Amino acid sequence: MDTIWVLAEQRGGVPAGIVLELLTAARGFGGVVEVVTWGPSSESTATVLGRYGAAKVYDVGDIGEALPGPKVAAAIASQVSGGNRPDAVLIGATHDGRDIAARLSVRLDLPVLTNVVGITASGGRLTSDHSIFGGSTLLRAEFTDAIPGLFVVQPKSFVAEPAEPAGQRSVEIVAIEVPETGATDAARIVARHEEERSGPELDEAAVVVAGGRGLGSPGNFALITELAQLLKGAPGASRAIVDAGWVPYALQIGQTGKTVKPMVYIACGISGATQHMVGMKAAQKIIAINKDREAPIFTIADLGVVGDATKVVPKLIEAIKARR
Amino acid sequence: MNVAVCVKQIPDTAMPPALDPRDHTLVREGKLIMDESDSYGVEMGLQLVEVAGGGEVSLVSMAPNSATSGLRTALATGAVKAILVSDPVLAGSDALGTAKVLAAAIARLGPDLVLAGTESTDGYVGTTPVQVAELLGWPSVSFAKHVEISDGLLRVQRQTEAGYEEVTCPLPAVVTVTSGVVEPRYPSFKGIAAAKSKPVEELTVADLGLDPSQVGFAGARQQVISVEAAEARAAGEIVVDKGDAHERVLGFLEQLKIL
Repeated sequence: MDTIWVLAEQRGGVPAGIVLELLTAARGFGGVVEVVTWGPSSESTATVLGRYGAAKVYDVGDIGEALPGPKVAAAIASQVSGGNRPDAVLIGATHDGRDIAARLSVRLDLPVLTNVVGITASGGRLTSDHSIFGGSTLLRAEFTDAIPGLFVVQPKSFVAEPAEPAGQRSVEIVAIEVPETGATDAARIVARHEEERSGPELDEAAVVVAGGRGLGSPGNFALITELAQLLKGAPGASRAIVDAGWVPYALQIGQTGKTVKPMVYIACGISGATQHMVGMKAAQKIIAINKDREAPIFTIADLGVVGDATKVVPKLIEAIKARR
Repeated sequence: MNVAVCVKQIPDTAMPPALDPRDHTLVREGKLIMDESDSYGVEMGLQLVEVAGGGEVSLVSMAPNSATSGLRTALATGAVKAILVSDPVLAGSDALGTAKVLAAAIARLGPDLVLAGTESTDGYVGTTPVQVAELLGWPSVSFAKHVEISDGLLRVQRQTEAGYEEVTCPLPAVVTVTSGVVEPRYPSFKGIAAAKSKPVEELTVADLGLDPSQVGFAGARQQVISVEAAEARAAGEIVVDKGDAHERVLGFLEQLKIL
């Protein structure tokens, strides 16, 4: 394994959490770790990336209001076809990351492995782990004759740790060209909206309180928010109630939403559909409150309460308040 | 305003999924249904055509066998025709191989807009629609939660991890639609009857002018090394609420020093 590239998506001028996770993993593969980034603040980002083991940062530059997919994929593909060919490219499974992976795959005519939850290097090859069927089955796969291997990795698959020894590392920043992207690059972002949030971010909170259909009505989601606040945690939701329009998508936990690994996960009125469980089953402890004794969520809960969440949660809230 | 919607026909999600032990592909026996996550693309296509006041919704699908049961569901709600690419050489196709087939089929239709789900329910790879866009040389907007078209320009609310973006995009383009963004209509009895006679054009890989080495197991260039049961998370204590279960939850949180 000579060279691994990690795609470094930025959030407000710093690398997204998944990027540091991927850098930590890539350091263990026994090759040089390099990064491809884009956006207005590459210099400050590069310092952080260096701390996590990046030796070189390829900078696509500021892409303005374009969606990243076409330009970033074209810039990487142009490096590869010009002979600067890493053994693998690790891409975080974010919305932009998936777009970039898809377009890069076509530009290089190479397959892509997605939903990766682990990567192992041995004998100069990388193999990837995929958690399927709601986490009940672990599938291990590898590319055959496809270099660079394109891996799209789920958040929280690795724990981010700075490189040892600590201290300032010099990181070489190399600007790379974006070739002509034609009509593929015609979409433009004209406005950005962020959901208002008080308390910790959902995917970083030590406590997550999540609500589902069993809450009965949209108004009862206030119980989830209140309990989360009392526990200094973040509220989350099953896909069912996001699809039903009760709460915004930013709260969705699961395959098509966020992956969380809190110390405690409290599932209220969530039955535990496969698509939900893959996003939370790595929590250290799971508490589930659900009316249906047969709900799948009880098969993974450390404490299961068979009961109506709309009755148990208000009493829990009162009991916590009474302790203060 | 002509819209092509990518539709995947998948095993009934009420049945437990399984892998074929010989080649590690998903078992696809029995009747296939339309992936529910594609029903939102179909509905959005129908609505956009209605607003535009003209045009039609066509379906594009790929399957190793000649299954049409899932397509008939979408035809019954108002799509006018379908292309089904069906060929034994497609078995084992990965997302890129699938995208090559769909892009070639879409090129025959020449639509203004392609709609697809963000990912399928059975395989959830999640790259195929944007791969189709790149193959066609078109722009794409993924994770759309609201789509409008005015003066030939798409206006999309695109979900992000933290909220959403407003994105404009010229046509033709590929848009992926998240679940739940529109309320899929139910087919009427008349629609179901009419769907039986709507045209489903069945094509092979050769008909599309694709090299068989680009699709199926040969094109996938990836292999499964092992499949094993994941370390199971054991079920813990169960209490039935008799009005005081919140006290046990409180005690549990105290044990964990959350309180």
